[in-house]
Amino acid sequence: MPALCRDCDAVVAEEATACRACGGVRIVRHPELFSLAIAHLDCDAFYASVEKRDRPELTERPVIVGGGRRGVVTAACYVARRYGVRSAMPMFKALALCPEAVVIRPEMAKYAEAGRAVRALMERLTPLVQPLSIDEAVLDLSGTEALHHAPPAVTLARLAREVERTVRVTVSIGLAPNRMLAKMAAERDKPRGFAVIGRADAAAVLAPMLVSALPGVGPKAADRLAVKGFATLGQLAALSPSEALRRLGEDGPALAAMARGEDGRPVDPSREAKSISAETTFNEDLSAVAELERALWPLAERLSARLKAKELAAAGVTLKLKTASFQIRTRHARLPSPTQLADTLFAAARAMLAREATGVRFRLIGIGADPLAEAAEADRGDLADPAAPKRKAVDQAMDRLREKFGAGVIGKGRGMGS
Amino acid sequence: MKIKVERSALMKALSHVQNVVERRNTIPILANVLIRAKDGALTLAATDMEIAAVEQVAAEVVRNGATTAPAGTLYEIVRKLPEGAVIELDHPGGDSQLALRAGRYATSLVCLPVEDFPALQEGALPHKFSLKAGVLRDLVDRTRFAISTEETRYYLNGIYLHIAESEGAPVLRAVATDGHRLARVEEDLPDGASGMPGVIVPRKAVLELRKLLDDVPAQDLVEIALSDTKIRFGFGAVTLTSKLIDGTFPDYDRVIPRDNDKLLRIAKKDFAEAVDRVAAISSERSRPVKMAIAKQGLTLSAASPEQGTASEEIDADRLEYDATPMEIGFQARYLRDITDQMADSVRVEFKFHDGAAPTLIRAEGDPRAVYVLMPMRV
Repeated sequence: MPALCRDCDAVVAEEATACRACGGVRIVRHPELFSLAIAHLDCDAFYASVEKRDRPELTERPVIVGGGRRGVVTAACYVARRYGVRSAMPMFKALALCPEAVVIRPEMAKYAEAGRAVRALMERLTPLVQPLSIDEAVLDLSGTEALHHAPPAVTLARLAREVERTVRVTVSIGLAPNRMLAKMAAERDKPRGFAVIGRADAAAVLAPMLVSALPGVGPKAADRLAVKGFATLGQLAALSPSEALRRLGEDGPALAAMARGEDGRPVDPSREAKSISAETTFNEDLSAVAELERALWPLAERLSARLKAKELAAAGVTLKLKTASFQIRTRHARLPSPTQLADTLFAAARAMLAREATGVRFRLIGIGADPLAEAAEADRGDLADPAAPKRKAVDQAMDRLREKFGAGVIGKGRGMGS
Repeated sequence: MKIKVERSALMKALSHVQNVVERRNTIPILANVLIRAKDGALTLAATDMEIAAVEQVAAEVVRNGATTAPAGTLYEIVRKLPEGAVIELDHPGGDSQLALRAGRYATSLVCLPVEDFPALQEGALPHKFSLKAGVLRDLVDRTRFAISTEETRYYLNGIYLHIAESEGAPVLRAVATDGHRLARVEEDLPDGASGMPGVIVPRKAVLELRKLLDDVPAQDLVEIALSDTKIRFGFGAVTLTSKLIDGTFPDYDRVIPRDNDKLLRIAKKDFAEAVDRVAAISSERSRPVKMAIAKQGLTLSAASPEQGTASEEIDADRLEYDATPMEIGFQARYLRDITDQMADSVRVEFKFHDGAAPTLIRAEGDPRAVYVLMPMRV
């Protein structure tokens, strides 16, 4: 069975437990190791890793990135995870599990920069890199063997070491014949992992997994499948397309195909994230419109900054609210024309908020851009909004000042005195 | 309450008021029409809390009284009764049902109490003037197509009616825009209108008003009364009252091009028909029709990736154009909406700046209606 030393790229003998060339023990072996080309790459505990990189004294400490007494965990390092801390967990719960954790407020600009650096390394290997988020991407390395004088598995092992050396964060890699299996593989060996799922073993690997392991199958969908007698992927995989349609409805055949490890989605570098958003959890529940708006404005500014950073614009705005009883409400409005401007995003969200803020107590508010449009289409103004290009110019002038003197140097009156 | 009424009179009145009732309403009483017989007159009323229509119907009142019945159902029943039938409506009072009899047909409808029927409070309407029905119809027709339906800019969801100055004289002006096109139409300022505030009349009221105007001779006067928050249109037996949109209409004057110097004049009929033929290639509504204009003539063209291409040439002797050649694209439907407002015998006048800037369009010799259209990229 082909085997590879991840520390020096040496091809390792069949049963060796350590590399004879470098003595390393990080050996990956798989019958299809040198014939697979689709890879999923995921940075390990990314935000927390970047923080630890910049503050080496925290290396051994549990680190949680997240905000506020009532915020949630955005990222937890692997030390903190040993205490049971998970991302998206409420901060108070995380601190109850791990009182000695160091909590760090997220600094998106820093993570975005590190994410870009990782992406640049990937793009040196193949143009077929599809970013899935700031710290996650899928690569198609088919046909790169001649270019890199090595099969994709070797190229990927080198990439992982290169990321560690230059960006100084670790990554986990999944190698497989398609995107879904590559993602599943990446999740099997974390952190600093390298896992392979091949064509021949896909069915056996997937069969015992729970249906919730499939992309798009959340807890509710998993419950519905369980009621119909489908708890594992093996049970789903056994369905013929017509049986799947009859028993599970329209989505049935696609679910059964996924459960068999089939995934025809190509790696498409032009497909970016479908939405960009910003949200915040309040220190105390809010119900007054004025207070909710005050919380909304900085989010609109943050969303505007993220859109600009990614050279995208919002063609629609989503308002997200979570009530004190954890019920989530989302409202959406299509914009007359795409925008990157915080005040246009804010105005659209505010109109929706006015209809929702009827005295209900909310614990969270968020604003998102969906669908996304190209930056070139943004804020060109129309007959009903001739001032848009002027607002855009003001906004760009403010951005230039921020770039030169720091984020706090200038802001709109709306964001002050609150 | 007991009345006898001729079928066609009742049907016409019901068709008016039942348009007003809220279709997807969640408050049951708003689906009902108020029927009141008093002192020899039958009155029907309906409201969706934003607009209200009240109509008097000639009827024989046997016994005074009032009730409310489902507007849609009542209209359907009356519509199906034979022409010329005399309908008897009988409601003994309290929470009993409304009996409707016509010839050998009889029905009984569940009613809701009159006390629950909401009144749209008009308040004082200090500004009063009247317009000929034909004039009002023109104002509405030539602007309503440009009303926006987009919710985020709710202040565009109506016609902005206000006083403006045009060549030194005050005029009553109607403006509507959805951001892509703008229509500005004006009429002589009627007596009594000076001092009125600028108001935005919501789309639903505009559409309802337009339907009512169909039944009114052009020379008849429509009484208009308004305040900052309400407007009322009165035509004989019918009164339509609407809340106004509480918002600020954008400063449209800034987007009306002043310096567009490339002038094209072309017979409306030639142009509109050619646009129609060329645009037929694409079923996609937002596809542009390209205009390539030069002294030698105008070429209209359209292309659809699925269906093919089409073009039509209009020779120089059938148009007037003296400027440098240019190309510009517009959505065919938007061009149609504008040319539809012009008589077949006129020439359309375009004033261009370039292929990317707003274009001014009007009928030659008619300065009272001005349209502005944003080009599309072609």
